[in-house]
Amino acid sequence: MTRVVVRRLLEMALVMAIVVTIVFVIVRIAPGDPAAMMLGPDATAKDVADLRARLGLDQSLPAQYGRYVWGLLHGDLGQSIFLARPVTQALWERAEPTFFLTLFSILIACGIALPVGILSAYRHGSVFDQITSTVAMFAASIPSFWLGLVLMQLFAVKLGWFQPSGYGGPGASLGERLNHLVLPACALGIVSSALIARFTRASMLDVLGDDYVRTARAKGMSEIRVVLLHAFKNALIPILTVIGLTAALLISGAIVTETVFGLPGVGSLVVSAVLRRDYPVIQGTLLVVAGLYVLINFIIDMLYLVVDPRVRY
Amino acid sequence: MSAAAPATMPTSGGEIDGLAEGVVLAVTDLETHFPSRRGVAKAVDGVTFTLPRGRTVAVVGESGSGKSVTSLSIMGLIAPPGHVAGGRILHRDRKGVVRDLAKLSNAGFRHIRGPEIAMIFQEPMTSLNPLMRVGDQIGEMIALHERISRRALRARVIELLQLVEIPEPETRIDAYPHQMSGGMRQRVMIAMALACRPNLLIADEPTTALDVTIQAQILALLRRLQADLGMSVLFITHNLGVVAEIAHEVVVMYAGRVVEQAPVGDLFARPSHPYTRALLASTPNIARDIDAEGRRRPLAAIPGAVPPITALPPGCAFAPRCAHVLDACREGRPGLVAIAPDHVTRCIRRDLP
Ligand SMILES: Nc1ncnc2c1ncn2[C@@H]1O[C@H](COP(=O)(O)OP(=O)(O)OP(=O)(O)O)[C@@H](O)[C@H]1O
Ligand code: SF4
Ligand SMILES: [Mg+2]
Repeated sequence: MTRVVVRRLLEMALVMAIVVTIVFVIVRIAPGDPAAMMLGPDATAKDVADLRARLGLDQSLPAQYGRYVWGLLHGDLGQSIFLARPVTQALWERAEPTFFLTLFSILIACGIALPVGILSAYRHGSVFDQITSTVAMFAASIPSFWLGLVLMQLFAVKLGWFQPSGYGGPGASLGERLNHLVLPACALGIVSSALIARFTRASMLDVLGDDYVRTARAKGMSEIRVVLLHAFKNALIPILTVIGLTAALLISGAIVTETVFGLPGVGSLVVSAVLRRDYPVIQGTLLVVAGLYVLINFIIDMLYLVVDPRVRY
Repeated sequence: MSAAAPATMPTSGGEIDGLAEGVVLAVTDLETHFPSRRGVAKAVDGVTFTLPRGRTVAVVGESGSGKSVTSLSIMGLIAPPGHVAGGRILHRDRKGVVRDLAKLSNAGFRHIRGPEIAMIFQEPMTSLNPLMRVGDQIGEMIALHERISRRALRARVIELLQLVEIPEPETRIDAYPHQMSGGMRQRVMIAMALACRPNLLIADEPTTALDVTIQAQILALLRRLQADLGMSVLFITHNLGVVAEIAHEVVVMYAGRVVEQAPVGDLFARPSHPYTRALLASTPNIARDIDAEGRRRPLAAIPGAVPPITALPPGCAFAPRCAHVLDACREGRPGLVAIAPDHVTRCIRRDLP
């Protein structure tokens, strides 16, 4: 057990080292001089040279790489050019809405998808199954920003139940913040639930025909217990993978949705950084998102270990 | 069926009269169908037999003759779209209540499965939940039907593991199925089925994955439990040697139908149905098959093959392979006829030697 965990941690470190290098290389081999591109066509040669020096672009590549990695090891993602603060600080300030948006989205997605998937597998071929399967197919093909706009129009503008945009002022209460998160989380969660529901249904269908489910029934237990305790637990293993994948996808989905709903999260930070070519911020966000992907993967792997006694790598 | 037994009155709860005293299970004209795109597969199509209390009835028949489907029908465990399409499965529980299991709901089965009827499944490798410790799987059976403390439960489970001769039960109780061999898993299945001391045990080839010594021990165990608890056993097997050892009566199945039922001695001494005779003749028997010089005589294989259940001939299903077939055999489907007390056969010929 400990050996598995240590091995996975080492693998994670290796993956991160590769990601760090790739990000470094991409920024350097991008055509044109980042400094010149950041400052635009009107900048003087001296401005460009000053910025190059500030970004350390005037040094040799190995030296730049060394400084970059050294900084990362100390938790330093560099300085934002436009925000006049460290990238880590900029990210940290924007982390809260993104974190809660992703968390609520995944909760909503699972809250819809698991019961629907389980029930449609249990009653496969029924009207319920047919309707939910069709709806899921549509839902999977809806862009979340479009659903976001529809929800906003309906529940915020027409009915006025929720705030259409923003995250409340700096002193906003928790309730007010949650109110701002409801619609974007629903938009993301509903769209992601389609994939999880389809996987849950397929995985449950597989498992419900297994011999041990018949054995469970033969003991004289309730159907609920058969389905949840014996079948669903076995079906959960592939479903966990999809939930992890969805969580990772949600992070990128959050970028667009935050922009639609004017949430001051990491997504809108990145969008403005891209527009202003704030390379350190883009680079830093890329690394953090990649780190989160790897972390989610690790968590899913650990969950396998908990659920399935056969997994011992 | 005395008036003093109100439980046997027909009621809307699925309780039905009409089961002879001393009979635990009476299956009549059972039909179990599996619809598919290519038509309905009548896996069981006219199964009729009775199981007296405290007795062992063996069910024999070639592969695919519907033995497992019959047992699963009794347990109410036929997976949709398969279903019991006709017939009655009258069962008398410990309290004397008679029910037609063919019409019982899933909820109605909850108190039947386990303490009243338990089943050992044919597939020991896949019938255990891979995510649960075997001890928990056995214990679950008990905890579902009895109030019992955790400690007492564990002790009971260890006792059951000892009963089926699993070595080191104190450690094996915490093993997962994948850590056990097929034979061990089969013993776990047996322990699970016996956990609530069922009134009726259905054992579907319970000893196939076991070597001969363990097989003998398990058979001895079943006989002992039968004597101690008055348990009735429906024992499915291919092995006529096992039949001779354990059964009081034998049911012979062919192509989804019961073709003969008789007390074991009667059946071996005076088999009536041509299929039963062929089956007995195709079974190795040292006394008969080895001649004086120690050479082995060839076994009499039954010519032809079991017809696919979707394409059974009209009339007698055995007709295409029967050495005694008449034109009349192909016309009407023969019914079960009593040729002696407790001996029935599904063949129209009374004139065979
Ligand atoms: N779920 C199912 N769907 C369709 N057909 C089935 C199903 N289960 C069983 N059958 C068919 O029913 C027939 C009887 O099968 P059954 O398993 O009862 O045979 P058996 O007598 O137990 O054979 P064996 O000795 O090999 O265990 C077979 O032809 C089989 O193909
Ligand atoms: S009914 Fe006819 S075909 Fe069938 S077993 Fe008897 S003799 Fe053979
Ligand atoms: Mg079988």
